[in-house]
Amino acid sequence: MAEKQRLSRETMAFRVAKEFEDGMVVNLGIGIPTLCVNYPSPDKELFYHTENGALNFGPIATPEDGDLDLVNAGGQLVTTKPGMSLFSHDESFAMIRGGHIDLCVLGAMQVSEKGDLANWLLPERGIGSIGGAMDLAVGAKKLIVVMEHTSKDGKPKILRRCNYELTAPECVNMIVTDLAVIEVTKEGVVLKEVAPGWTVEDVQELTEPKLIVSPDLKEIEIM
Amino acid sequence: MAINKVVASFDQAVKDVFDGATILIGGFGTPGGSPSYLIEALSRQGAKNLTIVGNTVGIGKELMQVVASFMSVPEWWYDGGQLAANQQVRKGIAAFPVSASPLLVSPFEKQLRAGEVEIEIVPQGTLAERIRAAKAGIGAFYCPIGPGTVVEKGKDVKVIDGRKHILEYAIKADFGLIRAYKADRIGNLIYRGTSRTFNATMAGAAKVTIAEVDEVVEVGELDPERVATPALYVDRIVVRPEEGRTQIKQKISKEEQLQT
Repeated sequence: MAEKQRLSRETMAFRVAKEFEDGMVVNLGIGIPTLCVNYPSPDKELFYHTENGALNFGPIATPEDGDLDLVNAGGQLVTTKPGMSLFSHDESFAMIRGGHIDLCVLGAMQVSEKGDLANWLLPERGIGSIGGAMDLAVGAKKLIVVMEHTSKDGKPKILRRCNYELTAPECVNMIVTDLAVIEVTKEGVVLKEVAPGWTVEDVQELTEPKLIVSPDLKEIEIM
Repeated sequence: MAINKVVASFDQAVKDVFDGATILIGGFGTPGGSPSYLIEALSRQGAKNLTIVGNTVGIGKELMQVVASFMSVPEWWYDGGQLAANQQVRKGIAAFPVSASPLLVSPFEKQLRAGEVEIEIVPQGTLAERIRAAKAGIGAFYCPIGPGTVVEKGKDVKVIDGRKHILEYAIKADFGLIRAYKADRIGNLIYRGTSRTFNATMAGAAKVTIAEVDEVVEVGELDPERVATPALYVDRIVVRPEEGRTQIKQKISKEEQLQT
């Protein structure tokens, strides 16, 4: 049996990118979500949306072609691409709020078994930035959360109820962590895949709500 | 007489900003797209008790250099953080008032912790739409973002098409400071890349819209198909000095950029 190892940030991003389907409009949040751009299979045509006003932008800039007027939501300098469009902020959020974004990937501090998302306010800081997360969580047709399975002090981040301030209630469809792939359903949280070397019991121990084990439980495919 | 909205200096452009004014500040919070020279002029002008409205409230040059470690932040660059550092801000209305990392504390966050300033945190799209509403003459609108969160607090709730919506009011402002690429003397504007962002949304939303541009071209030179902000939304135009104009080859470190 494989050694118990937590997935790297890159492997989590690789797993998330498998959910990207041909033709989808995808918005990626800051952090691990941004890494997903490196992994979808090249035969898929994807349209990346960034809330600061671009659709179908190109890869991250090289040292030679950086342009201050071309950035993604994480502030990285990106490049142009044939088929790109540019728009104002109100237009960009009309796209988000209006249900025109197929898939959004966000990071999280906590997710509840009902799919409530908390990702903007650390209680000990007392002040946080909502940014575009609320709009994306509510507006995107599908929302995937990618995060470490537990907090820095080892506590579950998948909870019965979030105790941090919510970003939006009942919005998360899928959770990809360094230990598992979990689907949020009306019946509860369904464990679909586990990281190599980890058992259902191991994952359950680090997850607050009772996991429903999928009849076709698999091991997460590693890059 | 030929209309000419171009004013001679940044100082002149912000001369009438008064104490207690509400100011829209364009840009996204990244080094591009910030009306840097107008902000610098406003900090010289010194109006106090300002309410500043923007995606961020600004983090200041020092912190921006840490956040954008993959490049060198230009000398001339400023954001609303300059106004906070200069004790000119009373309140911020923003989606991203503090930096992502708790270790990076801006002048505004320091003042917030000391109880010297107020903040109204608004979801980014709601902020954009509240500004657009002011431009479009809409008093308020029902918005599906925020129910079930702190944003709902104290607001009128209505169920529309089976979904909860909350009542959000237009943000009425006295001045809008924006960054565009080129203008003509009558006020048409075009932008570059993602620097359109809140700049185009804010154009025409305040009583006075002031645009900071690289260049003023002859009337007729801007392709009408490309004009993103029609002339009637713009009241004043100021031209950046050579050093602050668009630099397409920005030196960056790709490795460091990949880590952000």
